[in-house]
Amino acid sequence: MWLYAARRIVLTIPILLGVTIICFALVQIAPGDPIQNLLSPTASAADAARLRAAYGLDQPLVVQYVIWLGKVLVGNLGLSIANNAPVAGQVLHAFLNTLVIALISVVLAFVVSTIFGVLAAYRSGRLADRVITAVAVFGISVPPFWLGVILVILFAVNLSWLPATGMGASGSESFDYLHWDDFKFAIMPIVALALPPLGIMTRTTRAAVAEILNQDFVQTLRAKGLSERAVIVHALRNILPQAVAMLGLQLGYLIGGSVLVETVFTWPGTGYLLNKAVLTRDIPLLQGTILVLATAFVLINLAVDLVQSTIDPRIKRS
Amino acid sequence: MNDMSPPAVAAVPRPEPFVRVEDLRVTFVSRDATVRAVNGISFDLERGKVLCVIGESGSGKSVMMRSLLRLHPKGRTVIEGGMRVGEHDIASIGDRTMTKLRGSLVSMVFQEPMTALDPLYTVGEQIAETVRRHEKVSREAAWARALELLELVRVPSPERRLKAYPHELSGGLRQRIVIAMALSCRPSLLLADEPTTALDASVQIQILVLLRRIQREMGMAMIFVTHDLGVAAQIADEVAVMYAGRIIEYGDARDVLVAPKHPYTRAMLASTAKDQGRDHPLEAIAGSPPDLRALPDGCSFAPRCAHAGPDCTRAVPAPVTDLRRHMARCVRTRLKAGLLTFDPGVAGDPAVREGIDLAARSSPAHCASA
Repeated sequence: MWLYAARRIVLTIPILLGVTIICFALVQIAPGDPIQNLLSPTASAADAARLRAAYGLDQPLVVQYVIWLGKVLVGNLGLSIANNAPVAGQVLHAFLNTLVIALISVVLAFVVSTIFGVLAAYRSGRLADRVITAVAVFGISVPPFWLGVILVILFAVNLSWLPATGMGASGSESFDYLHWDDFKFAIMPIVALALPPLGIMTRTTRAAVAEILNQDFVQTLRAKGLSERAVIVHALRNILPQAVAMLGLQLGYLIGGSVLVETVFTWPGTGYLLNKAVLTRDIPLLQGTILVLATAFVLINLAVDLVQSTIDPRIKRS
Repeated sequence: MNDMSPPAVAAVPRPEPFVRVEDLRVTFVSRDATVRAVNGISFDLERGKVLCVIGESGSGKSVMMRSLLRLHPKGRTVIEGGMRVGEHDIASIGDRTMTKLRGSLVSMVFQEPMTALDPLYTVGEQIAETVRRHEKVSREAAWARALELLELVRVPSPERRLKAYPHELSGGLRQRIVIAMALSCRPSLLLADEPTTALDASVQIQILVLLRRIQREMGMAMIFVTHDLGVAAQIADEVAVMYAGRIIEYGDARDVLVAPKHPYTRAMLASTAKDQGRDHPLEAIAGSPPDLRALPDGCSFAPRCAHAGPDCTRAVPAPVTDLRRHMARCVRTRLKAGLLTFDPGVAGDPAVREGIDLAARSSPAHCASA
């Protein structure tokens, strides 16, 4: 077990290095010369060269990368162009906002999809299966930003049950999820975020449960006299590795890909930040955000692998 | 179609057999087709006896076995006829009672040991789970019982093996585990569905000897499904040969395997590779088993039978049973001095045919009052 975990962790290091290389390259690929932007139009070539040397941009790319990586490792992601504030603080803050609602959404989707999936697999072809399949297909195919707008119209504008956007009076600094006055701001983003993973995970759970129920050992379980409830426990444990993989994937997707939902609800998370950074061409901010998101994605997958190996004894061997 | 329900049971009163199956029919219904997998099977089995069911793939052997545990999916299966084990009427008891009887009164060993165990639980957990399901004992007692069972089925270093996962064991060991699990609550009837088919030849014989020994020690009744005639000869007290969902020959193991009467059994015995010369091409039964969605009229084997005539397809042949309770369902068999004989010469002679029908009707022909 520990050997497998250690090996798996060591294997993540090159992946993370790859991530930093891509993030570094992003700035190099981006059009435009930052030095030209800093200089006044009348500056001479010598001025430009001096400034270039001051920022270390005259060094070979490899050296630049190593210097940048050293800064990243101690948590220095540079300064934002837009407001001159450290990128690290902004990204971290936004990341926490995103992470909390993404986690709640994905856990919600996981629980509901597991119940739906088992029910649909057992009632295969009957009414319950069809209703659940319809909900799942709706979840997969409805664009979340459209759903977000519809939710706002329905619950904020027409019914006035929930606030439309933002993080309320507390703001993102002292937002308290355990407080209803704050939490109600998070409800609609959570629902809009949860629906697509709910649909996808319901479909995969249904397929996985149906597949497990067809396996020989389920017949052995029934033949030895287990109740159907005990059979479901066995089936659930068997789909768990797959479900956890799905959950990790969806969590990664929500953390990185919720740009649209966060923009609709002006939820100050990483998606919102990314959108802002792109629109204002704030390259350091963009770079920092992507670096954090990609790292989170890699770490989530690492966690999924480790959890899987504790569930399925066969994984440790390979 | 002829009336296929078995004629009235013989006048001689016999002790109630432990297992009685009467005119069992199993039909799988789906939107596309209706598959008649079992078409009227009757047999009796006493405690302590082994019945071997022989037949090709698709002859309904496994379906019949699963019916005895009611393991078929409910919505898509129609089970008709009578099934009784001990004092329990398997055909009519409620689902909850059935669940409790599985594993305690009737147990099953499956064909594929590689996939018959849950891969995520240790072997010990799976055996203890069965024990605790049927007997109100502590976790420790169930574990101790699991250890005893592994010793019973001769698993080497059982303490260590209890903590092993199925993928860490060989096929033979896994089959021993499956057998241990089936035996965990001392069943009175053990159903073994080709338990040696998936194993190496050397392991096959070990498992066979093991099953036979335990069956004798525990005094269980056992129904052993196989398509291997050698295996049947090793283990059977009685043999039933199935074809297209019917028992076409039944009797004492020696009678059926040494002096078979039904052309199908005869052809099957003739086609074992062991007795055939090296330089001759192997003899096999021509054709393939019938489509269970559309069974032919009359004898299902007629299209492949060397002795078939027009009289074969008229109606399903009635069972003919002799003094030794040797039964065959074939229009070419008849009773001669109280014993079943196969006579290919009677083909097409209506007078002789009538005689056979009469003989069949008047004989104690509940096809297997064991």
